[in-house]
Amino acid sequence: MIASDQISAVTLRDVRKTFGDFTALDDVSFDIADNEFFTLLGPSGCGKTTLLRMIAGFESTSSGTIHLYGDEIAELPPNKRPVNTVFQNYALFPHMTVTQNIAFGLQMLGWSRSEVDARVREMISMVKLDAFVARKPSQLSGGQQQRVALARAMAPRPKVLLLDEPLSALDLKLRQDMRSELKRLQRETGITFVFVTHDQEEALSMSDRVAVMSAGTVQQIGSPAEVYNKPENRFVADFIGETNLLEARADKVQGDTVTCTLPDEGILLAKTNHAVVPGQAGTLSLRPERMTLLSEKPQDDCLKGHLKDMTFLGTDTQFEIQLDNTLTLNVRHQNSDGNELQIQSGQPVYIRIAPNAARFLVS
Amino acid sequence: MPRGFDIKHYRGFYTLTLLCLFILYAPLIIVMIYSFNDGRSITVWQGVSLRWYADIFVGPEAEKFKLAARNSLIIAVIAAITATSIATAASIGMIRGGNFRGKPASFALISLPIMVPEIVSAVATLIFFSAIGFKLGILSILIAHIVFCIPFAYLPIAARLQGIEASYEEAAQDLYAGRWATFRYVLMPLMWPGILSGFLLAFIISLDDFIITNFVKGAGIETLPTAIFGSVKQGIKPNIMALSTLMLLVSVLLVTLSFFVGRRQDTNPTTNTEDS
Amino acid sequence: MAAGTGNGRTISGTFAAVRGWLLLPSWLTIGFFLLIPVLLMLVYSFLTKEFRGGVIWEFSLSAYDQFLFDRGLFGDDPPRIEWTYITIFGRSIAQAGGATLFCLLIGFPTAFFIATRSSHTKVIWLFLITIPYWVNLLIRTVSMKFLIRDNGPLNEGLLWLGILDDPVKLINTNFAVQLGLFYSYLPFMVLPIYASVERYNFVLSEAASDLYAPKWVILRRIIIPAVSPGIIAGCILVFVPSLGAFLAPDLLGGAKTFMIGSLIEEQFKGNAGNWPFGAAASMILLSLVLIVLTFYARAQSRDQV
Repeated sequence: MIASDQISAVTLRDVRKTFGDFTALDDVSFDIADNEFFTLLGPSGCGKTTLLRMIAGFESTSSGTIHLYGDEIAELPPNKRPVNTVFQNYALFPHMTVTQNIAFGLQMLGWSRSEVDARVREMISMVKLDAFVARKPSQLSGGQQQRVALARAMAPRPKVLLLDEPLSALDLKLRQDMRSELKRLQRETGITFVFVTHDQEEALSMSDRVAVMSAGTVQQIGSPAEVYNKPENRFVADFIGETNLLEARADKVQGDTVTCTLPDEGILLAKTNHAVVPGQAGTLSLRPERMTLLSEKPQDDCLKGHLKDMTFLGTDTQFEIQLDNTLTLNVRHQNSDGNELQIQSGQPVYIRIAPNAARFLVS
Repeated sequence: MPRGFDIKHYRGFYTLTLLCLFILYAPLIIVMIYSFNDGRSITVWQGVSLRWYADIFVGPEAEKFKLAARNSLIIAVIAAITATSIATAASIGMIRGGNFRGKPASFALISLPIMVPEIVSAVATLIFFSAIGFKLGILSILIAHIVFCIPFAYLPIAARLQGIEASYEEAAQDLYAGRWATFRYVLMPLMWPGILSGFLLAFIISLDDFIITNFVKGAGIETLPTAIFGSVKQGIKPNIMALSTLMLLVSVLLVTLSFFVGRRQDTNPTTNTEDS
Repeated sequence: MAAGTGNGRTISGTFAAVRGWLLLPSWLTIGFFLLIPVLLMLVYSFLTKEFRGGVIWEFSLSAYDQFLFDRGLFGDDPPRIEWTYITIFGRSIAQAGGATLFCLLIGFPTAFFIATRSSHTKVIWLFLITIPYWVNLLIRTVSMKFLIRDNGPLNEGLLWLGILDDPVKLINTNFAVQLGLFYSYLPFMVLPIYASVERYNFVLSEAASDLYAPKWVILRRIIIPAVSPGIIAGCILVFVPSLGAFLAPDLLGGAKTFMIGSLIEEQFKGNAGNWPFGAAASMILLSLVLIVLTFYARAQSRDQV
């Protein structure tokens, strides 16, 4: 977490936003550290874009405070805030050339002509658009427009750069290239990035920390590994990556280790983030790739079932396993030479679950 | 050309389209041709000449036409500028002003001049001016034209503004532009093609108007359409055909201009999200 | 309040805050110089006529009475239905309806044809259709008059070709007026239908064709219902101005083709006019138009549900 003596880039305290009866943000509080690549991740309508627009100044808060490097910004109009935005559809001014677009913010800040020229040149070479300076946005490809939008927003050296699903309009290949590009830019410039997306892969691959949001509240904040490996609740476990969710009951608790019972009386060890008491009901999250399928019964604890279906997925194969009652589990094996599993539909199989692979979530 | 099955092709539609164009253009082209007829009679072709074009400018009716043309132009320019200014302000209020209770009523009021049949507007305006004792003349024509032109200027401007995403204004503000700079450097340039075609539309509408002008012009004042109408009442004379041809060319010129202004690609705010 | 409004710090918030000032000039201009005049016209239709034009400020129903009843030369005969004006209104409706029908018959195929061209040629066709609309209506009507008059180019041409033996009488007939209205408002029919057909998804036609429908059945059962908003809009745009048209009936028609527009105009010209009667006729015309527009608005809001 953030050290208390260091000033956060963005501090949100009890931020609330209501539109009539609808609560878009429900008392959200967290800090974004200086020089951090921070991602707001969640399904559409979860409030992530509203939050971003509040930091930018396009949306007012119903209650709560937002501080930018220690300064309260609620009363500042967007043009007085040292933050810049990369808009979802870029919002490049169609009547201006690439150069004019990038220079716009600097001119509005009253920079001198020579300063503007120098900075624009610098930004253009940073995003590698030297050949396109005189073009209008309509004459650029989607990826090029994206770069102009980035250069335009970064040119005034904002303290915080806000990115509103900037990759969603690009095709897959370009999107993957832009991920590493964005990461590089953030490292090189040291600007705090606040990135909004609904794409978990994007969030996990780029961010220092991720805030998972749902229905106007923050579900979990943590590093990509934390939110993936140690989901706080059912929503986070389900939204990020693939998982098997099973109802379970805690029998014995020792520190963060819970011995739990499945409805089919199978017994499993799981880790938990919560203070759990014996007898408590909860949900087990089992990542498909953390389980191993065996055709022979192993020595240690395992679950037993039989193969229902298998699907070839390229790098992986997915197996659907019917446990001895109504439950089914999805298990993934990476495909590599000598790793093929020789099992047929209906054949009995055993599932070994790695320690730490199962998380016990309190509902 | 043999064609395979084309779901969009219906036999006879092409012919009807050509017929449609023929009907639209034939009378105009015939009049253009006959305006070059040398004879005094409009029936018999007597060779090509420009004498009727000269007649407009130096003939016995030249003074009348000159005055009428001057009136028409003065009225059209002032009416179009005024109506365009009013319509620009109104469209920003309507499209960017958020939702408010009187919005439908406001829209109804702005479109009232097109909803009410022109002759009814003419009658109502005449009655109004006579009831308040307003002297009929250039000023009464001008007022009536401004009112009539507002919705024609409003429609293209509002349509343009509706197509400009609010994110451009947000982006400008995000880049440290104040309200005035946002308006001046971003919104105004983006709206400009709409404003220009609204202006041209209002200009042509004012220049062409006959019915309202005819009612509120008062004695002794003529615009080009009322002058032509008065002249045609006694029969079509060759100089009228020449004058009509000139006016026709001016209209075509203006429309062509407005057409190309509206189609300028680089200022079109809706084309920049396309992927190449 | 909708997102982004009511926030005085952003530009949209600023516009929302001053929208009253932005709208005021249009409200004042149109309200003062059109809405009030129309209301005043309603008042005038209930006043007494003055013989040299104008009105006497005395309540009277005689304008509407004169429209419907004939009470003889001195006004004391038992009232009989006066058919003159009802006939003029009926003729106007019939002429406007006829013009609308003809415009639809030519305008639909034209709009359809243009909408199915490639995006480059489409623009040119559309441009060709719109140009005549921008030519002064008076000049267009005069041109039509020139073309179809007794010894005009049309008759001359047909005689020369040997199709006719004697010139055909066109000018001053109902047909001439019809032709004039059709000619005046044809682009109004083409443009909204074009816009509808452009939005029509031809995959629906392919689906119908796949389900064994012949082309003309597809047109009737699939395409026309889908583009009907455009067809209705086009019909309104032709019918409404045709109803109150003045130039086409005045220049191309004669006494037997008298329409509402000319009837109204006559009441305000010179000393023979009757202002209250003209105002009443205008009110009746306006009411007819409002009825049509109300039906249209109803149909539109039903479409949106």
